[in-house]
Amino acid sequence: MLEVRGLRAGYGEVEILHGMDIDVAEGEVVAVLGSNGVGKSTLNNNLSGIYAPFGGSIRFCGEGIAGANPARIVDLGLIQVPEGRRVFPNLSVRENLELGSYRRGRAARARNLERVTRIFPRLKERYGQMAATLSGGEQQMLAIGRGLMSEPRLLILDEPSLGLSPILVDEMFALIGELNGEGLSILLIEQNAVQSLEAADRAYIIEHGVVAMSGPAAELARSPDLRARYLGL
Amino acid sequence: MDATILGAAVINGLLLGGSYALVAVGLTLIYGVLHIINFAHGSLLMLAMYGAYYLLVKAHIDPYAAIPLMVVAMFAAGYVLYRGLIGRFSHGKDENILLITLGLSIVLENVALFFFKGDSQTITVSYSDRMVALGPALVPLPKLVSFAASLVLCAALAWFIARTETGRAIRAVAKERQGARLVGIDVEKIFAVSYGIGIACLGAAACLLIPSFYVSPSVGNLFVIVAFTIVVLGGMGSFAGALVGALIIGLTESLSGLFLGEALGQIGISLIFILILLFRPTGIFNK
Repeated sequence: MLEVRGLRAGYGEVEILHGMDIDVAEGEVVAVLGSNGVGKSTLNNNLSGIYAPFGGSIRFCGEGIAGANPARIVDLGLIQVPEGRRVFPNLSVRENLELGSYRRGRAARARNLERVTRIFPRLKERYGQMAATLSGGEQQMLAIGRGLMSEPRLLILDEPSLGLSPILVDEMFALIGELNGEGLSILLIEQNAVQSLEAADRAYIIEHGVVAMSGPAAELARSPDLRARYLGL
Repeated sequence: MDATILGAAVINGLLLGGSYALVAVGLTLIYGVLHIINFAHGSLLMLAMYGAYYLLVKAHIDPYAAIPLMVVAMFAAGYVLYRGLIGRFSHGKDENILLITLGLSIVLENVALFFFKGDSQTITVSYSDRMVALGPALVPLPKLVSFAASLVLCAALAWFIARTETGRAIRAVAKERQGARLVGIDVEKIFAVSYGIGIACLGAAACLLIPSFYVSPSVGNLFVIVAFTIVVLGGMGSFAGALVGALIIGLTESLSGLFLGEALGQIGISLIFILILLFRPTGIFNK
């Protein structure tokens, strides 16, 4: 459903991604792995239309979205849960969730609120509280909940485990499995290679703005080269 | 000091504050969302006051009846200004917005000087001189109407921001632009709408002021310095702060006028401004 071909992108004059090919098929969990500064966020920001790519193409469900505005991309159901959560600190938990369906999924807002608060009962307890007062883990739940409110067809999770305690990280990966079990396609952008490879069907390893390795996650997890470099084994 | 005189000064101060409130609320809304001081605020208020003036003089539309018209017209003016000028030439840089609004105010003021000349104009309506007894004070009816209508409009705006989908989007954009883009909010449009609403407040304020005030090309400067003080006092971007700040500043002006003499009324405002900057630079309502 997502086809990225020869994507070149960056900021200003600086090119960070030098021709990248990435695919996500319906129902898949695909992991994009790489250490800090290899271009994972650049990839995301181009997929979501925050920046326009220098070249190459991005197709989502058959439609070219390279350089489209973010609202259009949300309309199509490509939803990003950004790194650092980016929840609205001055809005209540409920309002944050409601704004998740600002453009997409508004008709089913009440039903989706119910669903999201069933997945994250903690958010229900914090319903009227300002998002700024939530803990990091709760904010991550809120960011994912807000993403789910817009009925994504493909959900991009950008470093969802960053800054979470080990127990919450486990819960996060369990949640990814559950959401995927319900049929949601997920593009997982992570530094945490061990757990991401367990959760994903396929994976791409990015280095210096190009795909260095790709393939079925289980196979990559066994690759001696990758184990040495990313898993410290 | 006679309690009656003091009471009258307090009431007059509050009424004065009410008429500042709308101007300040518009300024604080624009600041809260765009994070810039709208230097064109005063000159746009001046334009709106000329609008209300000519609607009465040429079209015989009473200023109060002209409120909906002026609100819509000023909203449109603000929206178009943002879309066509401020947003387009700022290239996303706050300091550019600042300069553009400053330049805009200079242009507007001088264009007004060219077309309307430098003289002050006043209008006379049937209720201009009617006085109403309010406790110890005898206050002009237009000031009372202005006060009440100001509060009602501020409350309506606060409701809009707190309860509607667009209001939620405005608050979201104010604090988290990237997050807003990712849920599909058109951030540039929200900027333009917010600027439009801030300017629409001036449309209403102009209609409420004109029956009891004069208009001249430089009239906006009087209000913009006061409104700026109010916004800083209440806390930049805070609605409740702007309202309470307006009442405090109105009271200050009236009371310092009483104690120091009419001409020195504004000294109190400057004093308050210095004190806020010294002791609570974030304002009353900001943490």
